[in-house]
Amino acid sequence: MSGSSLFFILALCAALAITVPPLGAYLAQVYDTTEGAKAPGDRVFRPIERLIYRLTRVDEKREQRWSTYTISLLAFSLMSLLAVYLFQRFQTHLPFNPTSATAVNPAGAFNVAVSFMTNTNWQWYSGEVAMSHLTQMVGLTVQNFVSAGAGMAVLVALIRGISRRGQRTLGNFWVDMTRSIVRVLIPLSLIFAVVLISRGVIQNFHGATTAHTIEGATQSIPGGPVASQEAIKQIGSNGGGFFNANSAHPFENPDGWSNFIELWAILAIPFGFALAYGRMVGDRRQGKLLITVMIVMWAAFSGVAVLAEGNGNPRLATVGVDQSISTTQAGGNMEGKDVRFGPAECGTWAGATTGTSNGSVNCMHDSFTPLGGLSTLSHMMLGEVSPGGLGVGLMGLLIHALLAVFIAGLMVGRTPEYLGKKVQAAEMKLVTIYILMMPIALLVFAAASVMLKSAQASILNPGAHGLSEVLYAYASAANNNGSAFAGLNAGTQWYTITQGIAMLIGRFGLIIPALAIGGSFVRKQRVPETSGTFPTHTALYGVLVLGVVVIVAGLTFFPALALGPIVEHLSL
Amino acid sequence: MRAFLRQLVPAFLMLAVFTVITGVVYPLVVTAVGQAAFKDKADGSLLKVDGVIVGSTLIGQTFAEPKYFHPRPSNAGKGYDGYASSGTNLGPTNPVLIDAVKQRVIDYRTENNLPATLPVPVDAVTSSASGLDPEISVANADLQAQRVATTRNLPLETVQKLITSNTVGRSLGMLNEPGVNVLTLNVALDQAK
Repeated sequence: MSGSSLFFILALCAALAITVPPLGAYLAQVYDTTEGAKAPGDRVFRPIERLIYRLTRVDEKREQRWSTYTISLLAFSLMSLLAVYLFQRFQTHLPFNPTSATAVNPAGAFNVAVSFMTNTNWQWYSGEVAMSHLTQMVGLTVQNFVSAGAGMAVLVALIRGISRRGQRTLGNFWVDMTRSIVRVLIPLSLIFAVVLISRGVIQNFHGATTAHTIEGATQSIPGGPVASQEAIKQIGSNGGGFFNANSAHPFENPDGWSNFIELWAILAIPFGFALAYGRMVGDRRQGKLLITVMIVMWAAFSGVAVLAEGNGNPRLATVGVDQSISTTQAGGNMEGKDVRFGPAECGTWAGATTGTSNGSVNCMHDSFTPLGGLSTLSHMMLGEVSPGGLGVGLMGLLIHALLAVFIAGLMVGRTPEYLGKKVQAAEMKLVTIYILMMPIALLVFAAASVMLKSAQASILNPGAHGLSEVLYAYASAANNNGSAFAGLNAGTQWYTITQGIAMLIGRFGLIIPALAIGGSFVRKQRVPETSGTFPTHTALYGVLVLGVVVIVAGLTFFPALALGPIVEHLSL
Repeated sequence: MRAFLRQLVPAFLMLAVFTVITGVVYPLVVTAVGQAAFKDKADGSLLKVDGVIVGSTLIGQTFAEPKYFHPRPSNAGKGYDGYASSGTNLGPTNPVLIDAVKQRVIDYRTENNLPATLPVPVDAVTSSASGLDPEISVANADLQAQRVATTRNLPLETVQKLITSNTVGRSLGMLNEPGVNVLTLNVALDQAK
């Protein structure tokens, strides 16, 4: 690792360590909707919220049971799906289309609509060509906000289910989403977008600018409202780029500073939620334990990617390439990486984007070394809980935490409890459904794709790496990640439709059981703590949660990984 | 089902309200502030020589003549196409990648009159992620310096000084890997005559 990249990584960790605790405290206040509760910025935000509730005829005092909460989410998601679909289909008839982007085909538009509505932001198309500025703004950017806000709301409902006793309601979906967007996403994005512009991210409504190069050729330089989308893309763990090259494009991510703050933005709120959780359940140790579990996984997977990419590609060494790390070059595996980032900043980003549901990339994962690729692929397969997407990441870890207390309970022969709530058959069935959904969507579609001749034709790279491309595509879709081994041509009907289905399963197949668990927990009374109660803030329990996450994913996916990146690594 | 239909009303209204706030107001506010505070950057960091836009300092472009420093191989369209940003996505064991790199190593040595055994800096023979990488490594620029100096009849030291002054991010506080901006370097070379 070069000196500058070591400095980069240490600076990122320091920035997170300083900012995450206050952010967690703020988040806890944002979601405190008890009578008379105050949160910072009320004077600015309350009038905006009141206006929104008035316009949308939402009664903010009226709380919902888990079923109504879920139905609100589903209704909102359906509306979003339709809106994004229609914007793409009719963009030729709508304004702000300086590059004359044509209507997107039906299957492709379905895929994109699902993709942005589910906070996945998988992109089979090139943004600079396929989408008008209007579609990017009122279709895609809006979903970047609201899909993230919906994910945050769902987590809050689950947490209320855990912390409330003997009640029936989990809060109000519309209120939780509105507060997420108005108090967290918009203020952060506004500041962040302007900072990005100061580093060179573009923000205009131009079409192409023609440059006449000093060698006498011409070059078209793209325009567009990029910074505003880039900001919420990172803050909302979305990841869908304005351009095909995503955050590797110099207009999305021009230098080390922009790379630094974008990485911070990907990670800060998801980590912050873990600490907010501790405050919301009235026991900060619980939050500290979960954030520790997240950090351990995040550091391990990022570390593997950083080192693997820095070590370079042994096949290139044999044809006379210098991949050494020195003061004059970043070295390592530079295929699919820009000079300003180099292998270390790419590996760090890869760990962050696959540990969350972000899915933006600042280098091409398909060209990673086999170990680097294995790190990103398996990191998603853990279920994106390190630290995970906005809201949904901690939701996933809480589900694994319940499984861990259940297993611990089995070992000692007691009814398991979590924070004083008995974990019984009803909840465990829902936990099982939750855990099975993602692997089913991933493995079934991936298996079908490698057996279908037409789907095989989409694969770019031969051999084991080709299988990795397909596995990665469905891991990304089923976890609502959105990054890709982008050599795979995912623009075919088969991939656009099956990926769309996988994304829907990965979103609602997980959120609905999680909300149902919240609905079941919220009715329970707290059982008094005894000497036999298994404490859930200790290192022992942390190891157990970590073990559950790793073992569940390992047992499910190891065979597939062995045939993909592991075989490829052994063949080097 | 009736419960679902009843929720469609707030769903529609919520989406409409947030479409206006986050899809129209938000990008317009950002544009207004960005254009007022950082107009050149918001417009794409365009570089003008004698009043003509010759490119963007952030977007790489093709240079083939020996008197100019050459950028990295590019997979954006036919090379540095501003509307076709893309990496190759070739995997590390793909023979297409290995063969292409092998050929580029040979070409790079010939072009720059280097010994046949000298290892070539990795960025010079691999494609970037964006296909629009504006930079090359310092090691890559150093190896091209002699060719450029000879073609231009300039002292090598002059060229080397220009490399240093067009290197971005050498200081730790810049947070990125050091790189040489090919476009600004080549423009500076033309002006050094």
